[in-house]
Amino acid sequence: MILAVSQTTINFAYLVAGVCLIVGIKRLSSPGTARSGNVVAAVGMAIAIVFTLISPEIDTYWLIVAGVAVGAVIGVASARMVRMTAMPQMVALFNGVGGGAAALIAAAEFHRLAPAAGHVLPEHIGAMLFSALIGSISFSGSLVAFGKLQELLPGRPIVFEGQQIVNGLLFAALLGVGVLAGSTEAGVWAVVLLLGALLFGVLLVLPIGGADMPVVISLLNAFTGLAAASTGFVLENTALIIGGTLVGASGTLLTILMGRAMNRSLANVLFGAFGAPVAAGAATAGDAEAASYREVSAEDCAVMLAYANRVVIVPGYGLAVAQAQHGVRELADLLEKRGVDVKYAIHPVAGRMPGHMNVLLAEANVPYPQLYDMEDINPEFPRTDVALVIGANDVTNPAAREDPESPLYGMPILNVDASANVVVLKRSMNPGFAGIDNDLFYRPNTAMLFGDAKDSVERLIAAVKAA
Amino acid sequence: MSQALLSSITVFVLSAFLGIELISRVPALLHTPLMSGTNAIHGIVLVGAMLIAGSADSTLEQALAFVAVVFATINVVGGFLVTDRMLEMFKRRPERPEEPE
Repeated sequence: MILAVSQTTINFAYLVAGVCLIVGIKRLSSPGTARSGNVVAAVGMAIAIVFTLISPEIDTYWLIVAGVAVGAVIGVASARMVRMTAMPQMVALFNGVGGGAAALIAAAEFHRLAPAAGHVLPEHIGAMLFSALIGSISFSGSLVAFGKLQELLPGRPIVFEGQQIVNGLLFAALLGVGVLAGSTEAGVWAVVLLLGALLFGVLLVLPIGGADMPVVISLLNAFTGLAAASTGFVLENTALIIGGTLVGASGTLLTILMGRAMNRSLANVLFGAFGAPVAAGAATAGDAEAASYREVSAEDCAVMLAYANRVVIVPGYGLAVAQAQHGVRELADLLEKRGVDVKYAIHPVAGRMPGHMNVLLAEANVPYPQLYDMEDINPEFPRTDVALVIGANDVTNPAAREDPESPLYGMPILNVDASANVVVLKRSMNPGFAGIDNDLFYRPNTAMLFGDAKDSVERLIAAVKAA
Repeated sequence: MSQALLSSITVFVLSAFLGIELISRVPALLHTPLMSGTNAIHGIVLVGAMLIAGSADSTLEQALAFVAVVFATINVVGGFLVTDRMLEMFKRRPERPEEPE
């Protein structure tokens, strides 16, 4: 111990830290104050960490210093270097290591206490095992989510016969192992629990399609929060309980809000094996329409845009991948100078996370007031001359409205097909992230402009200048 | 039930209600930064990891605690920095001077 600080002082500091975290989350949920909210939360975290360091419970420092140094270097480097488009998988990774930390704490504490069989309070054993279980699921699940978003693993759902039964049995077995580990306090059962939970995390996320990953990451975020809170019960530490529970609760609500934006229940996301019936859906679209679509040149499209009254730009993940957001803003500025009314339609789940598209457009300095939410922009489409769909796909698929057979059915979409003309900028006719064919491309008022989004936008800019 | 457990449960229950109340009116625009920000906040497990690392006796415990500290630090540091990078972009941009036609 460096300073003689009483436990009372430390607990008081934890209270101050907890208030900072609460104020931080509050400020994070409003656009004007969000950035300061993040700082306030970070200050709260710093208070909790500093006062823990001077706690009388800590005897040796070298392990902590070494660990923090290594972690800080990795954390700073990865946070600095990640590109904005790769943000969702970065959050998944940070979430995963948090869950892993909670599980490791539980494992170390179990190892320290368990030999004194009968001396461990039942609530501590229970909390340890809960933390080990949930933390491990969050760790391995987040890694799979990362792999899918980073395209190290196939984004499509990985499904096999009887998967849900296997998962159900595995989870039941894990609960049984947990009870055994708790009652016998034998290390071997704790290890089985950890390994089984890691396997369960993998199996839980594998069958979920890439398009649903944001919801899964949000859920795993809540899991990690609960795991952290649970370690707080083990260590009888209020900072951990407050911080962890705040995230557990708000993360659960956020997960539900995201699911609602896609008109899907959590159970449907987790167990629906999104995209499984795709083969059937794609086949019907293919042979019924014989895939007849219309291609348009950049020049023709530019003329349409330049002489339109109202243009709505519908950006999607493809725009971000191609780094076309700056070009799109330039195009919009050019059109506005010609007196065209330009708006951006933002689907709540455009991009790979809710709000992701707002972040990417903000990066390109697109002014706020031009961004419209789905509810506000949908009534505008019938009065729109050209809807320019750039790298968005599933969120414009009219099958979500019309085809009860489609896996997308029921998801609220941007009704771009209601506008007079639709131009879709796309690399090829390949289906979108969810692996579902899009009826929109075969509509008579739709034209396709093939190519990399950035190149296409640049060709459009040049052509609009010439028009 | 011990007093310690009861007060832990009290803190837990009140925090749970608070967590839900705090974000019930968040605009979709902020879903990603909020998820990232709360993601950084559960990095509070670092406190637990430090307590374990500071009192670990056996080599196994030290190894587990060391990895836990590294993981939790990545969670905290990376989480707050990434959130800040996202939110930095939402700042009100300075008015650009009117470009001559």
